[in-house]
Amino acid sequence: MSRSALLILADGRFPAGGHAHSGGAEAAVAAGRITDAVSLHAFCRGRLHTAGLVAAALAAAAADGVEPLALDEAADARTASAALRTASRRLGRQLMRAAHAAWPDPQLDALAAALPRGAHQPVVLGVAARAGGLGPLDAAHCAAYESVGGPATAVVRLLGLDPFDATAVLAGLGPDLDTVAERAVTAARSAAVQGVEALPAASAPLLDIGAETHAARATRLFAS
Amino acid sequence: MHLDHPTTFPQRHTHSSPVRSDGSRRALRIGLGGPVGSGKTATVAALCRALREELSIAVITNDIYTREDAEHLLREAVLPPERITAVETGACPHTAIRDDISANLEAVEDLEDAVGPLDLVLVESGGDNLTATFSRGLVDAQMFVIDVAGGDDIPRKGGPGVTGSDLLVVNKTDLAPHVGSDLDAMARDAAEQRGELPVVFQSLRSEDGVKTVADWVRERIAAWIAA
Ligand SMILES: Nc1nc2c(ncn2[C@@H]2O[C@H](COP(=O)(O)OP(=O)(O)OP(=O)(O)O)[C@@H](O)[C@H]2O)c(=O)[nH]1
Ligand SMILES: [Mg+2]
Repeated sequence: MSRSALLILADGRFPAGGHAHSGGAEAAVAAGRITDAVSLHAFCRGRLHTAGLVAAALAAAAADGVEPLALDEAADARTASAALRTASRRLGRQLMRAAHAAWPDPQLDALAAALPRGAHQPVVLGVAARAGGLGPLDAAHCAAYESVGGPATAVVRLLGLDPFDATAVLAGLGPDLDTVAERAVTAARSAAVQGVEALPAASAPLLDIGAETHAARATRLFAS
Repeated sequence: MHLDHPTTFPQRHTHSSPVRSDGSRRALRIGLGGPVGSGKTATVAALCRALREELSIAVITNDIYTREDAEHLLREAVLPPERITAVETGACPHTAIRDDISANLEAVEDLEDAVGPLDLVLVESGGDNLTATFSRGLVDAQMFVIDVAGGDDIPRKGGPGVTGSDLLVVNKTDLAPHVGSDLDAMARDAAEQRGELPVVFQSLRSEDGVKTVADWVRERIAAWIAA
């Protein structure tokens, strides 16, 4: 049961709004920082170990039963860019809708009622994982994978990058993904005891800056 | 948040349900799809002008690259700005109206929260190919807008929009003589593809050119309220 739920939740076709977001890849393409598979790999690796790690830890903690509203505040504090805070809450609200349909659950309802405009996406992801019978490590893997899967798909559309190359980039990041998911779970376990301060607060200033310039652009393909 | 347990009235917890969470009837949602430049935004604008005195209307645009459709409607002042919302579609407009409708559903909810109960929400898709159609989870009825200048063989080619939409609109009939399109052939081909489903030929350049489509919307609204 739980492995199937993981596949459903991690599937890029899970209808939670992610397809309209590039995870910062469109801004990086526009700035000339992603031009091919090699630079896509570098971008994804950087995002995974910063924003990806933070998201994975938040998701793992939520799946572990840490108070979602405390985690939501922790996510706010760890997201410097206002544009990214908005995007994350929007995606959280959209994920809530899909999760509610897939795994109806009182904890999802409680979070939706407390934050009707949307909780941060990784927090909803963790609560959704829990509702689907998944554990913290599953939730962390989902968040970590999403942090690189989104940009890779976006770059296929933006640059016409060979989709096999993009998939090979993701596969090449496999060991990094596993490491990040495990670190996220360790941090989440600490947070369960010591509070959300124990969660990682890694950041990538260029992602934040890119998100702000992207939000100000008049023409763009992706919402973030 | 919900008054009923989801398993008691599951239909009330889906977005195709005709009832909002507070028990009131939600707005009828009509999608407008079709190829780039066929006249979707022009039809939306004309419908708003024709119907805004009798119905409470809002519009959602799914632009591909810009906010141009929304801005065009704002410039034309067909509705107050708080009734027009643009959804961003991530290079895949058909995904946003069919496979993953979450951003559009959110826009519907936000509009209903912002301007109160609505009778009609028009959802314009980004100009796309002939296979793009709306999910039934997003709209209650859909029209497919093509034009005579895009090639008079489009009805013959078919595709889900041409064959299955609730209304096929063949727009810009005023241009037919200039581009050499055979309207009779288009009508014959459309009838062959669509059987009983209605087809409207219109020119928005003529006085009250949107009248037949506006009447079709009125009929849908009447059926929606009666249901
Ligand atoms: N001659 C003529 N022009 C029309 C008619 N309807 C629309 N147009 C023009 O066709 C052009 C495209 O119309 P739009 O309404 O923007 O088309 P659209 O389908 O919304 O286009 P996209 O959103 O870009 O896919 C505009 O310049 C309109 O003024 C018509 O009935 N006759
Ligand atoms: Mg348009």
